[in-house]
Amino acid sequence: MPESIVVGLDGSESSGRAADAAADAARRHDLRLVLACVVPWSPYSFTTAEENERRSVEKAREAAAAHERVLDPVVARLSEPGDLAVEGVVRHGHPAETLVRLAREHDAAWITVGRVGQSRVRTLLFGSTPSSLIQLSPVPVLVVP
Amino acid sequence: MGAPSGSVLAATFDEQVDSFFAPVSEWITTVVFFAVPLEFIDEGVALPLIVVWLVIAGLFFTIYLRGFQFRAFKHAIQLIRGRYDDPRDAGEVTHFQALATAVSGTVGLGNIAGVAVAISLGGPGATLWMIIAGLLGMCTKGVECTLGVKYRNVYPDGRVSGGPMYYLTKGLKERSPRLGTFGKVLAVLFCIFTLGGAVGGGNMFQANQAFNQAQSVTGGEDGPLGFGAAGAVFGLVLAVLVGAVIIGGIRSIARVTDKLVPFMAVFYVIACLTVLFANLSAIPGAIWAIVSQAFTPEAGYGGIVGVLIQGFRRAAFSNEAGLGSAAIAHSAVKTDEPATEGHVAVLEPFIDTVVICTMTALAIVITGTYADDASDAGVETTSAAFGTVVDWFPIVLAVAVILFAYSTMLAWSYYGLKAATYLFGESMIVDRTWKLIFCLFVIIGASSTLDAVIGFSDSMIFLMSLPNIIGLYILARVVKREINGYRARVESGEILPVAERT
Repeated sequence: MPESIVVGLDGSESSGRAADAAADAARRHDLRLVLACVVPWSPYSFTTAEENERRSVEKAREAAAAHERVLDPVVARLSEPGDLAVEGVVRHGHPAETLVRLAREHDAAWITVGRVGQSRVRTLLFGSTPSSLIQLSPVPVLVVP
Repeated sequence: MGAPSGSVLAATFDEQVDSFFAPVSEWITTVVFFAVPLEFIDEGVALPLIVVWLVIAGLFFTIYLRGFQFRAFKHAIQLIRGRYDDPRDAGEVTHFQALATAVSGTVGLGNIAGVAVAISLGGPGATLWMIIAGLLGMCTKGVECTLGVKYRNVYPDGRVSGGPMYYLTKGLKERSPRLGTFGKVLAVLFCIFTLGGAVGGGNMFQANQAFNQAQSVTGGEDGPLGFGAAGAVFGLVLAVLVGAVIIGGIRSIARVTDKLVPFMAVFYVIACLTVLFANLSAIPGAIWAIVSQAFTPEAGYGGIVGVLIQGFRRAAFSNEAGLGSAAIAHSAVKTDEPATEGHVAVLEPFIDTVVICTMTALAIVITGTYADDASDAGVETTSAAFGTVVDWFPIVLAVAVILFAYSTMLAWSYYGLKAATYLFGESMIVDRTWKLIFCLFVIIGASSTLDAVIGFSDSMIFLMSLPNIIGLYILARVVKREINGYRARVESGEILPVAERT
């Protein structure tokens, strides 16, 4: 039996709506809510020596900023009624791949993300997290507009 | 490539810089490249001791570690593919990033200009010795990077600093307290030479060649960069660009070059392959020339030594094995096993010298531009080689040269900074003073002549190998223990790829 719903948060309005929709569903199905903020990062990116030296400091700073600006306000808002188990996670990596990994780790029923609504050209050039998720995810993906 | 003449006043500026610089360079070069005359072989043949020093280190470690660099190859590829990286480590510096950073510091003008100089002076045969030097250098680099990681400093805020100065201090002290004092002396010497190397090969040589190339593609002395103080003006612009990143912290510029440089490197290799494919039928002849002239050059036995020296000297300048610079770049990697970075580091001289330098060499030998007196030995020889196939290619090469030069300058400003902070302590004053001096030397480098700059830069960079390699010999047993211990655990299955861990 699935135990949770994984929600991808990026600080956008639509990801906030995705969290709300997932919270409603979690209450109804008695599931945990795993709110995840993924800091985009690739192990194959090119960096300077100075950036390398400070990477672990930067990593901690990025994680703290993700918690403070993106994750904690939503976790606080959804935990307030006290009728829902909410957990906040910050990870570094490819957003779609990391959400899929989290879904596996937390035995998720589905993954919920917001739709950014970026232009076709931008999507063509850089792809989008929802479309990558649809290709990769072993569980259903709910995209909230 | 002398100081361009134009307005008398302006020309005087370049010449003044050069006349101040040339005697200093000459004196240092004479001391560092002291050569033993080998008149029993042939008249005029001399062997620079510093080259022997580097070759013996490569040979010693290759034998001592039983050809570690060749055995390390497969596992090194597995490591950079992340097969042994724990996903929980994500977000820190990976083996790939440490390697890419070190490679972007070494792939540069040495691969383009250095190879041309070696072949122009030593003939096609120099290529074979360059490849052999690269293969030996792989082992030296593996050794220094293993030590770099083992003895690095991790500060409370999570920053990591490493390099020869740390393994010379900590590693030698670990062996015995008396050696600790000696290690401290070696570390200080290493740092002084690194500062010189950063200013010379990592800065002035780069600025100089970048200016030459920019001047050459814009119409030479008759073009817009032909006036007397053009070198100084070009240097000033370059200094502002370097300063914007290293002093101003405008990382966006560095990020652009860091993205562009690897692509330029790939593009450069593709361009070399284009030249090779356009002259497919000439390849066997070129390979034969490289192999046969490495052993039986027309000049007789004296020539062999000359060719060998040129090959080894340029290879060392290009891949920096034995100098200790890469150990500074590799030290930030996220690993609990120092030997992993030793494995990964062996790929660096392979990519730099065995692959990229050989490509350049083949292009130069096939097109025969090295024998053409019309172009100076250096970037222009390579540029002419590419120009024989695609006439607009020299312009692209000029862009690549300037980008390579720029990224190398950024890398060496960091190596120099690490040496400066080791010597004078971690403080804002040291940081800013070093960076200002570094920018000043960009201007001097662009206005000085090639001979003076090459001599000074070679000397300082080769001097770094003195304290570094002494330390490597003293710590050889530590490296052997680290590498063999790690390999035994991988082979026994104690250390498994992440996918196979339960």
